[in-house]
Amino acid sequence: MKSVSIIGVGITRFAEHWQESFRELIAKAGIMAIQDSGLAGNDIEAAYGGCMASGRFIAQEHIGALIADELGLNPIPSTRLEAACASGGVALRTAYLSIASGAYNVVAVGGVEKMTEVSTEEAAIALGGAGDQETELFHGASFPALYALMARKHMQEFGTTEEQLASVAVKNHKNAMGNPNAQFHREISVENVMNSGYIASPLKLLDCSPITDGAAALILCETEKAKELGIKDAIEIVGSAQASDSLALTGRESLTQMDATTTAVGQAYKQAGVSAKDVDFAEVHDCFTIAEVIATEDLGFFKKGEGGKAAEEGRTALNAEISINPSGGLKAKGHPVGATGVAQAVEACMQLQDKADGRQVKNAELGLTHNVGGSGATAVVHLYRRLGQ
Amino acid sequence: MSNGSLPLLWRKFPERYLLLGNKCENCGTSFFPARKVCPNCRRKGKLVAEEMPKNGTITTFTEVFSGPAGFEYETPYFIAIIELDNKTKILTQIVDSKKEKIKIGAKVKKVFRKISDIDPEGPITYGYKFKVI
Repeated sequence: MKSVSIIGVGITRFAEHWQESFRELIAKAGIMAIQDSGLAGNDIEAAYGGCMASGRFIAQEHIGALIADELGLNPIPSTRLEAACASGGVALRTAYLSIASGAYNVVAVGGVEKMTEVSTEEAAIALGGAGDQETELFHGASFPALYALMARKHMQEFGTTEEQLASVAVKNHKNAMGNPNAQFHREISVENVMNSGYIASPLKLLDCSPITDGAAALILCETEKAKELGIKDAIEIVGSAQASDSLALTGRESLTQMDATTTAVGQAYKQAGVSAKDVDFAEVHDCFTIAEVIATEDLGFFKKGEGGKAAEEGRTALNAEISINPSGGLKAKGHPVGATGVAQAVEACMQLQDKADGRQVKNAELGLTHNVGGSGATAVVHLYRRLGQ
Repeated sequence: MSNGSLPLLWRKFPERYLLLGNKCENCGTSFFPARKVCPNCRRKGKLVAEEMPKNGTITTFTEVFSGPAGFEYETPYFIAIIELDNKTKILTQIVDSKKEKIKIGAKVKKVFRKISDIDPEGPITYGYKFKVI
C-alpha cells in the first residue's frame, strides 16, 4: 500500500444557506481545495463525493457526475458514496484506497448536503432512512429517538446524567466560537440545555445537532509524489479503517458501545502504530451529545461508562487532557450530513497545520476523525500526522 | 412514504400482525424480523419460521415529543426496545400504560394497534405495539 497525503482543503461556512444552491456549495469547497493544493484541475485523476440524501432533500441524484461537471473536471471518473451520515468519511476512505492501491496519484474528495429546502418533518423522514426503515422509522422511531434509547441505557448502566450530556453541548458551542465556519456562534450553559425541552427523552433540543447546509473538499496525493512536487504543509493519512454493524439498534451486542467504532479504531491504531494516548485531538461524531460520550469511550480515551463524567469535569475541553471536537463538532459547527466526514478531515488538517486560530490545539501532532453512519451501522476512523514529522 | 407502499404493507402482514420471525435450527438463535441468512452460521444455518413470544421486558425507552410525519396525533408517544422471552429484541411503541410504569425492567405484552395514517388518501397501517402488564 502506498502512503497517501492531503495536500489541499476547502470548506464553506456551515449554515442555513438560503442564497446558495447545492451545486454552488460543492463548487465553492472544491475550487478552494484545488487552489489550496497548488495543483491544476488537469492533475486530478478521479473524484469521490459523499452525499446522503440529495434525492429527498433537493430531488437530485447522480451527484458524482454533478460534481465533476460543476468543477470542470470532465471526463475523469466521479463517483458518489452513500453511508448515511458517514458518507463523507466513506468517500475519503474510498479516495484514500484508490491512491494507496496505486490506481491514481491525485484524487479529489467532496462532501455536500443541502438540508434546508425541505420542512423539518420531511428532513426527519430523510434522516430516518439512516436507520432501519421497516422496523424503526415505521414505528415512529425518529433519529433522536434511537440515540435517546442509547442514552437511557447508558444512564442506567453507568449513572451518566442529563447534566453530563449537556456539558458536551456546552463545550462544543464554546469551541465553535473560535471557528468562523461554524453554524452557531453562541455560548450556551448547562441550564440552557436542561431547559431546552425534550425532543426524545432524555435528549433535549440542545443535545441534538442542527439541520445544516454546507460542503467540504480535499485533494489527496500519493505521498512520494507530494514530496516530489515540493508541496508544503501536506498532512499524511497514517491510519484509515471502516467497519459495519447491524442496521437496526435491536441487532447490536450492546446499546452503550458501537462495535463498528471499536473495530475501525483498533485497525486504524494498529496501522499507524499508535494508541489512544498518543492522540492529541479528535473530531468525533457528536450528532447527539450521547454519541460523543460513547465515542470518547469506544475510541479508547476513557473507560467505558466514564465518558459523561470526563466531559463534565472538563477533561475533553480545548487543550485539556484531550481536545474533543475543537471545531465545535456536529453540535455547534453544524451537520450537513454528507459533508460532515470530509469537514472533519479539513479540521484535522487545519489543526495540524497550526491554522485553527481561536480553536487551535497546542502542539497538535496526531489527530483522529471519527464519522458514524446511522445509529452506528457504519463507522470510519482516520488518523493524521503532519508529513515529515 | 415512511409507512411504505401497498405491496410492502401486504408482504409485512405475517411479520407485523403475528410477530412471525424465524429461528436457526443450527445455532438456536431466533430472529425478528425473519432473516434469509443466519449471520452466525451462514450456509450451515437452517432457518425455519417461528412466531415470537408475545411477552417481554423493557430494556430501554424514550418519550418522543417531536416525531416524523404521520405521528402528529399521538405525540408524545413512547418508543422502547423490548427483550422478548426468547431473547430476541424488538423496537416498538408502548401504549395503554401509565407513564410512571414505563421503565427499564417493566414486563410488557403485545397488543394489536393502528401504527400511522400518514396520507389521508393512503392506507392505514396496523401492527404490533406493547403495553405494560
